Amino acid sequence: MAGPGGGSSDVQWCFSQVKGAMDDDVAEADIISTVEFNHTGELLATGDKGGRVVIFQQEPESKNQPQCRGEYNVYSTFQSHEPEFDYLKSLEIEEKINKIRWLPQKNAAQFLLSTNDKTIKLWKISERDKRPEGYNLKEEDGRYRDPNSVTTLRVPVLRPMDLMVEASPRRVFANAHTYHINSISVNSDHETYLSADDLRINLWHLEITDRSFNIVDIKPANMEELTEVITAAEFHPDQCNTFVYSSSKGTIRLCDMRASALCDQHAKMFEEPEDPNNRSFFSEIISSISDVKFSHSGRYMMTRDYLSVKIWDLNMETRPVETYQVHEYLRSKLCSLYENDCIFDKFECCWNGNDSVVMTGSYNNFFRMFDRDYRQDVTFEASRENSKPRSVLKPRKISTGGKRKKDEISVDSLDFNKKILHTAWHPLDNIIAVATTNNLYIFQDKLN
Amino acid sequence: MEVDRGAMECAVDAQSLISMSLMKIHSSRTQRGGIKLHKNLLVSYVLRNARQLYIKEKYAEIYRMQQYEEVMAVCSGIQELDPLEPLEPQGAEDAEPEQPVRAAGCGEESRAAGGREPEPPYYRSCCMEDQFSQNCNKTTVLDLDTHVVTTVENGFLHQDCCCAAAAAAPQCAPGAAARKRKVDSAGCSPDAEEPSDYTAGRKRLKREECSGADCSPDASNISNLISIFGSGFSGLLSRQADLEQVCSKQALASLGAWTRAIVAF
Repeated sequence: MAGPGGGSSDVQWCFSQVKGAMDDDVAEADIISTVEFNHTGELLATGDKGGRVVIFQQEPESKNQPQCRGEYNVYSTFQSHEPEFDYLKSLEIEEKINKIRWLPQKNAAQFLLSTNDKTIKLWKISERDKRPEGYNLKEEDGRYRDPNSVTTLRVPVLRPMDLMVEASPRRVFANAHTYHINSISVNSDHETYLSADDLRINLWHLEITDRSFNIVDIKPANMEELTEVITAAEFHPDQCNTFVYSSSKGTIRLCDMRASALCDQHAKMFEEPEDPNNRSFFSEIISSISDVKFSHSGRYMMTRDYLSVKIWDLNMETRPVETYQVHEYLRSKLCSLYENDCIFDKFECCWNGNDSVVMTGSYNNFFRMFDRDYRQDVTFEASRENSKPRSVLKPRKISTGGKRKKDEISVDSLDFNKKILHTAWHPLDNIIAVATTNNLYIFQDKLN
Repeated sequence: MEVDRGAMECAVDAQSLISMSLMKIHSSRTQRGGIKLHKNLLVSYVLRNARQLYIKEKYAEIYRMQQYEEVMAVCSGIQELDPLEPLEPQGAEDAEPEQPVRAAGCGEESRAAGGREPEPPYYRSCCMEDQFSQNCNKTTVLDLDTHVVTTVENGFLHQDCCCAAAAAAPQCAPGAAARKRKVDSAGCSPDAEEPSDYTAGRKRLKREECSGADCSPDASNISNLISIFGSGFSGLLSRQADLEQVCSKQALASLGAWTRAIVAF
């Protein structure tokens, strides 16, 4: 069966791997909260509610099976953030990892930024596969030798050892956010990055931890006048002076840091007028943007609100150039979704490597892909039933009308506890990582 | 605000949405990680939308039910107080919407919110203790957030007629009142006033409700609503709700049913 992907409509998606415990009892700490490929796609990082980061590395393609891409295996696991307590405000600070962003690789080590609600940390992940042997003052087991017993000197030599991957925190960027951090984004200058909370965006230098510049501040003088918050922010992929931030009112503002030090005045504002026919109690909630992502080309950006994905051309502010309905059948269920809090779920979205396909998650462990070139969309399910190695994913259909066809799923039987909020697409290849509650599914397109 | 009620799958009525929203706001205080500003802002929008619809429907219903003479009887009663301007629909809601709503009671503060002398005295008089004293109910209310005890005149009505509407999303700002006094430690210990201990707070709320000779349970229940929500609630009031000023007495009586339901949580 055909499905969208990589510019061609003949892509078949196959199950590749699933990571994480497969039992029904999900520990809250194991809930995946962010997924991110690095710039080459060789490394895949996940963060969870327990503050841990797990990094998977793709094995090199084996010569025995040239048809198969390498598998992703655990490369490093470390505790990035711990729960903290703000004594001044009597508030607990969750250790949940909200976002991970990789830095472009400059040397042998890998660097990533991980953040919880209040603190951003720069982690260095480095390999050690050699160790020195032949110390003069220490025995091999580490005990110090009596200096009087040293009669000769030798130069220690490096001998190979089992690969050890070490993660060490190199910088801690703390105490700059009063509200909860929702986004971090590394600038294309590879020297600075931004962090955004509900009301403010700060600009940091990667080397400097004791101060940051505030570049956006939408906090009103009187908090009673608050009408919107910042929901996501991202730097432009090429223009180091440009960034965008989205709001809970469904608007996106593009700012140019050359214009002024404080970018409260936007250079462009992207907003689509609301359709008055769709007005409901929940209009404000479903128009809140949960994610914003630039295309790799930098020409477009994509936003995700509760029911749809929109593609915007940066040259046109009045309306998106494309709108894709993710699960329009939920529009009549908004009241129940409000009652069970699902309406507040923040879905993310992502582009494929050449910006021809976009992907986002939904409920019942469904995820959707929209092919922009062929105007096709497809729904897949990440489930254990479809977890046979290299089994081709079958497109799913949701029946919205009265008559349910065979193999269709009715809206009422959707499991709203099974949601896919985080997805990631390999930057260069047709490999996707899809996070269910506590499992990470990896799918690839079938190589013939 | 037009609501496409046909699109509502479940039998949603504004009443249940209001209670649901208030419960969400309240439970968010005890959630791990602190109050989520974004979520509470969105909930407040639902609350505003539901309340607008509820009030509109309620007053439409009242108008339909009432005889015209009954309305006129109320209005002529108003006119006796000041023969100048009967039934001026502008009234206190004329204040510039952009003015920040201070959690204003009456007296000096209300003048800042929209104080202009030519206002129909009906709206002013409810705030003046001496004029309406036989109808004003004093309710003492404890704000669960700030532990500030406020004395509210005539409950709900007092808030609405004196505060200019502003497109404000409420934060947990201190409750509004004509007079405020900080709870002293002898009276009640703020430490015990855990936001999560809703029951205790509610009990204290009820214990401190005093009343005049005829304490209207509806007015006190509605002021509970305000105290839970904070002063920003007054900013949610629609500026179109002018007509309700006239029929507020009748409206309060009919609103009692759903406010009691909320207090019952």
